[in-house]
Amino acid sequence: MRHMQTENNDGRTAPAALAEYSLVLLYLAAFAVLSFTVDNFFSLRNMLGLALSMSQVGMVACTMMLCLAARDFDLSVGSIVAFAGVLCATLLNMYGSVLIAIVGALLGGALIGAFNGAVIAYLRINALITTLATMLIVRGLGFIVSDGQAVGVSNQGFIALGSLPLLGVALPVWITALCFVVFGIVLNQTVFGRNALAIGGNPEAARLAGINVDRNRLLIFLIQGVVTALAGVILASRITSGQPNAAQSFELDVISACVLGGVSLAGGRATISGVLIGVLIMGTVNNVMNLTNVDAFYQYVARGSILLAAVLLDQLRTRRENG
Amino acid sequence: MSGLRFEDIRKHFPGVKALDGVSFEAHAGSVHGLLGENGAGKSTLLKILGGQYRPDGGRILIDGIACQFQNAAAAIAAGVAIIHQELQYVADLSVTENLLLGRLPQRYGFVQRRAARLHAVARLRELGVDLDPDARLASLSIAQRQMVEICRALMRDARIIALDEPTSSLSHGETEVLFRIVRDLKARNKTLIYISHRLDELYALCNACTIVRDGRKVATHAQLSTVPRETLVSQMIGRDIADIYDYRPRPLGDLRLRVQNLSGGVLREPASFEVRRGEIVGFFGLVGAGRTELMRLVYGADRKRSGALVLDGAALTVRSPRDAIDAGIVLCPEDRKEQGIVPHSSVAENINMSSRRHHLRARLFLNKPHERDNADSYIARLRIRTPGHRQPIRLLSGGNQQKVILARWLGEPHLKVVILDEPTRGIDIGAKHEIYHVIYELAKRGCAVLVVSSELPEVLGICDRIVVMYQGRIRGELPRAAASEQKVLQLALPSDQLGAARIAVR
Repeated sequence: MRHMQTENNDGRTAPAALAEYSLVLLYLAAFAVLSFTVDNFFSLRNMLGLALSMSQVGMVACTMMLCLAARDFDLSVGSIVAFAGVLCATLLNMYGSVLIAIVGALLGGALIGAFNGAVIAYLRINALITTLATMLIVRGLGFIVSDGQAVGVSNQGFIALGSLPLLGVALPVWITALCFVVFGIVLNQTVFGRNALAIGGNPEAARLAGINVDRNRLLIFLIQGVVTALAGVILASRITSGQPNAAQSFELDVISACVLGGVSLAGGRATISGVLIGVLIMGTVNNVMNLTNVDAFYQYVARGSILLAAVLLDQLRTRRENG
Repeated sequence: MSGLRFEDIRKHFPGVKALDGVSFEAHAGSVHGLLGENGAGKSTLLKILGGQYRPDGGRILIDGIACQFQNAAAAIAAGVAIIHQELQYVADLSVTENLLLGRLPQRYGFVQRRAARLHAVARLRELGVDLDPDARLASLSIAQRQMVEICRALMRDARIIALDEPTSSLSHGETEVLFRIVRDLKARNKTLIYISHRLDELYALCNACTIVRDGRKVATHAQLSTVPRETLVSQMIGRDIADIYDYRPRPLGDLRLRVQNLSGGVLREPASFEVRRGEIVGFFGLVGAGRTELMRLVYGADRKRSGALVLDGAALTVRSPRDAIDAGIVLCPEDRKEQGIVPHSSVAENINMSSRRHHLRARLFLNKPHERDNADSYIARLRIRTPGHRQPIRLLSGGNQQKVILARWLGEPHLKVVILDEPTRGIDIGAKHEIYHVIYELAKRGCAVLVVSSELPEVLGICDRIVVMYQGRIRGELPRAAASEQKVLQLALPSDQLGAARIAVR
């Protein structure tokens, strides 16, 4: 290794590796401190509640990670959650079949996702604009389908989905955990995942390297639509109704969690462990603020500040990396 | 004394000694060449001079006065201007606004447009640069943007001007204009530092020259004109390369690729050519002659209007790079940074990006051990200088990035046609030599190699045949035996400019 040096290379050293895991360490430290200082925080009951409260955001963060990794953006997920919930509840009341209701809702999510992807990839309209539009359109569809009213559900089998404990842990938490495992593998072990990162890192280089950029982007949005619809179905089950008003600003929670986890908005950089930590940080902050009875108005300020601080931390880290 | 003096400059980064005691001086009224391979420490030295890095030891003296720059602004204030390879301008602002960036004349907060424009016009005239002061930078050529940057440096009363590979993206004619300006600055008693890999440029411009290697100074030649090329090359790379091109004729096989009446984009007239197995064909022409566009059409990167490809006797439909790669046609793009590398991804990722699809497990999962071995083996074979395959590729030097892109394609199992667009641009001699050997190796295996290059000696040096393009069409071709600088240029240049441009040819 005679020529180790390149002119703008700092080399990768122990502190750099430490910086990579700084967020994990920070979270663990904060967790330890909170366990001792906040009453009722470190209890099985609270932990399960925390996990359940973050299950929707967690699931969608997994696919949002792929989307951001490919330098795309999806603002429509909140609306899809609400729409899928409403659609699922309506279908359930119509046909009385849980299977038809869920399949129908997932299909709806897939269609919206595919529409997003097709417009962005093939019509080349900016992802921010496209999904801002579909965010409004799909929210409207939710109201139209439900006639502006919450659609109540009485099917016990469906309601069990959102609360059924398996080995003491609620089903939605298991599904979220499964999402993290599956999308961790997708990101790291499949061509599709690596291509998403390559597309986000340099779209033109990816195309010239033979990657079908357009098809990949379409697929990412399609998967995102399905997973988001699943989150909507689970939410509907948990609140025993399809609410057209549900999941307002959900998209911002999801994107915040990803960014907290070090996913670059400029594309090309994402880790599943980072996203997990990002989701946990968000959930923990909300949980602790509720436990300590922080006024809801102040909670907004606190959450925004933490997001800003985390992004700043990431900035400093990249800046040091770049010398 | 007046001029610039480096004394024992040291700088280390974690794990790397970038500069290990470099000393030399450059006199006012002279051009001092700085020569070294990529990674030798030239850019670090310039960044210290420009105040971007602080040295760990040593000092810089300007006109005999020691300077410690805390930041880039301090260096500018002391009269130092660095013209980087990557120019720093605001594309959407006019020439005038760029020239006076941050210093626009104003009154009560309102810009004095007339005064600004007059000022800009006066300085442009003084430098003999013919530019429209109202033109947006985005509408100018790279060379013209570079002129703007040099003008801006001079307007800040720079006395020390360092140019980092200023000609790497200039055409022949533009280079000549740059040379004139450099000579003019010399005559005005400025101190110039000139970095280039092109020895002819150094001989044409520089009085003296310093060579650095692995962070150390190897030699300073006070009288560059008396030093033979071979000495410079061997000092720069630390070993002798008898003939950098090292061309050996090889038997050519059957027809490999036939391109028929291809047109699209700037290629208005349909272009046709053929290439045989084992043949290396060079594509020469001025910047904008349509060489890159032609290659991109062959590769399916751009949409074609007309034309057909015949590969090994069978018609081939190429609608996308994917189709081309599946047929065994690959391309290393001209602009490594924008089109070749995925900057934040690792060396291994960049190498395996395409060929990994042949090695999947259960047709779905990546074969990580294979990818690691594959990356390591190419790092060794192509002598890619990197601390390891996990290194993000953006931290590698240009030459090594280029080798990574080559490695990406060498892993493809059935290579038939390899297209290299400016494969050695901005790359040092050692790495060039190694890339030439990869090209010969590919040709020996029966690949047809198409090399687009703006360096005439390179095209003459490594190619079996030279196709010359001019204004969007193929103007002629010359077999190696019949090709000479003169003949190639005759085809590449508009007839009336031949005399003027020959001077600028490297």
